[in-house]
Amino acid sequence: MTATETEVRSPDAPNTPILELTEIGKSYGNVHAVRGVNIVVRQGEVTCVLGDNGAGKSTLIKVIAGLHDYTDGEMKVNGEVRHFPSPRVAQSSGIATVYQDLALAPLMAVWRNFFLGNEIRRKPFGTLDIKQMKQICSDELTRMGIVIPDLDRAVQNLSGGQRQCIAIARAIYFGAKVVILDEPTAALGVKQSGIVLKYIIAARDAGLGVIFITHSPHHAYLVGNHFVILKLGRVTLDAHRDEISLETLTTEMAGGDELAELSHELQGTDPGKVVQSRSGGHVTAPKLSRDELQEVLAEEREQEQ
Amino acid sequence: MTATTSEIPPPAPADDRVGSRSAATRTLSRPEIGALLGAVAVAILFFAVAPSFHQVNTWGTIIYQSATIGIMAVPVALLMIGGEFDLSAGVAVTSSGLACALLTWEFGLNVWTGVVIALVISLGIGVFNGWLLHVTGLPSFLVTLGTFFILQGANLGVTNMLTGGVSSNSINDMAGWNSAHAVFASSFKIGSFTLQIVVIYWLVLVVVGAYLLLRTRVGNWIFAIGGDADAARAVGVPVVITRTGLFMAVGFGAWLMGMHMLFNFNNVQSGNGVGNEFIYIIAAVIGGCLLTGGYGSVVGAAIGSLIFGMTQLGITYAGWDADWFKTFLGAMLLLACVVNLIVRKKADAK
Repeated sequence: MTATETEVRSPDAPNTPILELTEIGKSYGNVHAVRGVNIVVRQGEVTCVLGDNGAGKSTLIKVIAGLHDYTDGEMKVNGEVRHFPSPRVAQSSGIATVYQDLALAPLMAVWRNFFLGNEIRRKPFGTLDIKQMKQICSDELTRMGIVIPDLDRAVQNLSGGQRQCIAIARAIYFGAKVVILDEPTAALGVKQSGIVLKYIIAARDAGLGVIFITHSPHHAYLVGNHFVILKLGRVTLDAHRDEISLETLTTEMAGGDELAELSHELQGTDPGKVVQSRSGGHVTAPKLSRDELQEVLAEEREQEQ
Repeated sequence: MTATTSEIPPPAPADDRVGSRSAATRTLSRPEIGALLGAVAVAILFFAVAPSFHQVNTWGTIIYQSATIGIMAVPVALLMIGGEFDLSAGVAVTSSGLACALLTWEFGLNVWTGVVIALVISLGIGVFNGWLLHVTGLPSFLVTLGTFFILQGANLGVTNMLTGGVSSNSINDMAGWNSAHAVFASSFKIGSFTLQIVVIYWLVLVVVGAYLLLRTRVGNWIFAIGGDADAARAVGVPVVITRTGLFMAVGFGAWLMGMHMLFNFNNVQSGNGVGNEFIYIIAAVIGGCLLTGGYGSVVGAAIGSLIFGMTQLGITYAGWDADWFKTFLGAMLLLACVVNLIVRKKADAK
């Protein structure tokens, strides 16, 4: 861990904002995927961004990670306004992203994936220092409680939790100051999610700013200092841990008013009823109003991006 | 980070689902192992049926034949591991030879000037392919199919325009011919074994290619962009530059081969090279490269080329009807793919 030891913030300035988004907007043509988003990420804090599918979470990540540039507002990194032309620049500014699909090449060995884009080379010919890379990779994974005896194995042969851990360990090892985790627990079982959540706390204690993207308020509330809920590209809730309870968070996340409306619509359908099977029955697809259709389409568009 | 170590979960009960593998299993899971078995089988077959296979000088010819495929199979394999095809690779060899021959003859240049210009043109074709792929976002199969036809037509058209025929004029009386011939097409006798200089180039390319792929940063990037280009870009790999570099490597191979063809035969037939692109691809696939990218081996592609050389000459030496060569080739390709698949599955399952 020598490489990151120097990067670790001293605890005497725990609340400096590392990353500040002010009125950030991103449009694709005339589709406004994200509008007027304000988020402040501080060192040693976990900022949870919650949102349903199509809320604009992925777009927001892509803007911060340097995959897309933003079209409105401004993004400050260490107090400086920045536009990232590529993920490489974002990384060198200390912003690392662990994507939902993990950004691992499936057929490549574990250690090759771990060091992809940051290979350790020996002088004078730039030969890869395979021995050292395997050693570091093995040490880092062991620290996370993951033991992979054969680092030459292709990543595709590992479990989802193991892959997640490789991706997070990689981001943290390479000196990130801000780590963005895109739904790291979405595809995991309870036990593996627990390991990931513990690692989020460990990253926070190491002085990193963590942006934890999730649609599970329960996971978010276990680790978060600050909660932001996105809905259709806008921030609908922005609260510190002291100002909100898990119940409120869950209700807000589930849509609050919308849920009440839905419950009204479903009134009289008698959800507890059990219907005897009968032949010749058929199901009519529910009809969507124009507005509802637009919302569904917006969600699908967002997922595709 | 010592302060935080206590916060990290203690090494939980080790997940024993991914165990370590024995050395034998690891060897079996190497991409080139199928090709190696195939090469041994083909060698044994022709050793039994073709008496010429027992003679040393035959092997000089076989290895030369393999080198003429193998020089291109190295960059083509790298490109395939990087997830792309180059269908223009076959005619690009002819284009390079023609460029040198026609320019030298037309403008009365020193042969070496023509050689350098041909190199620039060949690398330029690679850059063009890579650039077109980047700006159009089309699959490389389509982009290079286009380049293939463009070059094929240009080879015939330009040659006819300048010489009124289908082959370039002889340039063996021009300045620089002798030294260029020595560099690109000389051969040495070692006992009864004739060693062509291109065989040495081939071996050098294989070593450089294999080193590049397995022991350098660029090799890591090649595997990654072939396996998942988006993932590679997300962690900061320069995808477009790496990919364009691979197309330029194919251009370099085409230039080397084109120069050999020119200086070996004194002129270039403008219709040559069509169909060879598939032979290079087949050599790479027999050698363990996946058509989908992200996996493969340079050494495997070299063994694939050797299988080609042995088969091509073996059929003649065995006295079989050479018309059946392509049929044999097709069957061998299918067999190689199936064997590769089975071997890999077995090794992964252990």
